[in-house]
Amino acid sequence: MREIRKILIANRGEIANRIIWTCKEMGIKTVAVFSEADREALHVRYADEALCIGPAASAVSYLNIPSIISAAEITNVDAIHPGYGFLAESATFAKICEDCNIKFIGPRPDVIAMMGDKVEARRTMTAAGVPILPGSPEPIESPEEARLLALEIGFPLIIKAAAGGGGRGMRIVREEAELASNLELAQTEALNAFKNGSVYIERYIERPRHIEIQVLADEHGNVIHLGERECTIQRRHQKLLEEAPSPAISKELRDQMGAVAVKACQEIGYSSAGTFEFLLDEDDSFYFMEMNTRIQVEHPVTEMVTLADIVRNQIRIATGEVVGYTQEEVQIVGHSIECRINAEDPVKFTPSPGKITAFNIPGGPGVRVDTAVYPGYVVPPYYDSMIAKLIVHARTRELAIARMSRALDMMVVEGIKTTIPLHQKIMADENFQKGNFSTKFMEEFKYEI
Amino acid sequence: MSDTNAPAKAKDGDIVVEKKGDTKKQQVTDPSLNMDELRDLANLVIQHGFTDFEFENENIRVRLSKAVQVVAAAQTVAAPPVVIPSATNQPPVPAQEPVVDADAGLYKITSPIVGTFYRSPGPDKESYVSEGSNVSPETTVCIVEAMKLMNEIQAEVSGEVVKIYVENGQPVEYGQPLFGIKK
Repeated sequence: MREIRKILIANRGEIANRIIWTCKEMGIKTVAVFSEADREALHVRYADEALCIGPAASAVSYLNIPSIISAAEITNVDAIHPGYGFLAESATFAKICEDCNIKFIGPRPDVIAMMGDKVEARRTMTAAGVPILPGSPEPIESPEEARLLALEIGFPLIIKAAAGGGGRGMRIVREEAELASNLELAQTEALNAFKNGSVYIERYIERPRHIEIQVLADEHGNVIHLGERECTIQRRHQKLLEEAPSPAISKELRDQMGAVAVKACQEIGYSSAGTFEFLLDEDDSFYFMEMNTRIQVEHPVTEMVTLADIVRNQIRIATGEVVGYTQEEVQIVGHSIECRINAEDPVKFTPSPGKITAFNIPGGPGVRVDTAVYPGYVVPPYYDSMIAKLIVHARTRELAIARMSRALDMMVVEGIKTTIPLHQKIMADENFQKGNFSTKFMEEFKYEI
Repeated sequence: MSDTNAPAKAKDGDIVVEKKGDTKKQQVTDPSLNMDELRDLANLVIQHGFTDFEFENENIRVRLSKAVQVVAAAQTVAAPPVVIPSATNQPPVPAQEPVVDADAGLYKITSPIVGTFYRSPGPDKESYVSEGSNVSPETTVCIVEAMKLMNEIQAEVSGEVVKIYVENGQPVEYGQPLFGIKK
């Protein structure tokens, strides 16, 4: 067991504030670090101590390992909470903390490294019995190989350039008859675009949902899951809003997916909080995409329906305590939705930094706002654009949507543009209300503001 | 800069300024707000990035603003540029007199890293520099220790050390002023 009396928060924005809240409740002292652009940030004001660690650019401030470790040493902290993003999934940073005898609040460095390497993660997960999207492990050598693999993988499938990315160098094949010609075309395109004609094939899910499972594991081998989050509403692979539980997940499916995640954690010796991301097909088959070895932006919806405090659990686990509840004790109560409020134009999504001249957050039953902004705050242009998370909780999904609509209407942010109007449109959308959507939702969503 | 003119006595002149990251509170307890204290106050205000700070009681009025001018009603005439507390209730004279921040014109050597500040290479060794020392760009002025590594900090300018803003063994943050150099 180790005592944690003081924590340095190696992050900024709303998550830094979030960590401070729980630390205050636990009687733990906090140290905030900030870049020169964040002198007026809220987390700097609420922390017990604060230190400037560098200029505005993240590379020399929030990603500056020597600066952060030095700050941790001169303030004598017991632990560092990395939040999400920045150094949260840096195995190097976790290892350096260990070497400097500062407890890194998260899993061990070798586990972070393993899950951070996509190829390695897939291999490990397969060995642990986690379903992976069927695909060719190596680049395709011949049309005959492709044909044989396609029989195993099934249609539709997608041909992807090994050296490609960002949606380029991909061809969807829906029938065997189309395979050979598409393969040849894909290889030629890849060669022309990326100087590398290697291609893989993989099962293609037409209308997937993005479902993730929250896990909590201690350092003694106890692992539980806290249910799923529905994160399907995305734009260009960025989540816009999340909910728990998912309207598409039955209790049986939840138990099944949860059990898979728990077993995988036990196999790899996982500890602290983590999230397994899956793609869910329309026939309820699910496939591992990746694991995030940190707390996630959307953790509040899980907290609302399970009454858990995920940050608190991370800190307790870091002191060596056991998880403290059994799987049977985990109850999902009611429905929660979170909308990410970004400082962006709600139609063009162009960033809108600047001074917030008015800021009024909605209150009332079942409303939670996680934010780091305040009236008069100047949103800096150097970091991500999320300024607040608006979260609601109600007894049913229908009531939660009504509550979110009301809360969005009563949230006032002036001086900058925000995506509040977009969220209002989504809440009012018939398909959303029916729970009828896939990751294609935003592509197909027509709205005017 | 002279503070030989007896400064007016203020009655309840306590000013408390608390600096984040520094466990000491800096307290100006002497009600007769003298020159050094005013200079310190000006530095702290500027470091905190305030644009304005104002204090007034029946005998004294002090106003510091970000245009790096200290405007105060001057009763006694002193050699400019000087900060003088007022003994009367005259309204502040906008700076036609060059009453400016005591540190204006000083080049500030700031810490390029987070760490612990040391004035000398070792506990029993002499300080690298003191007030009045002359420095050139390559002169080592101090050490900032980070993660057990001693980093020598160079002056990077030529001039005279006029102010030392931190104490030996004090933790410092990125950008924290260490020395004021008159070039």
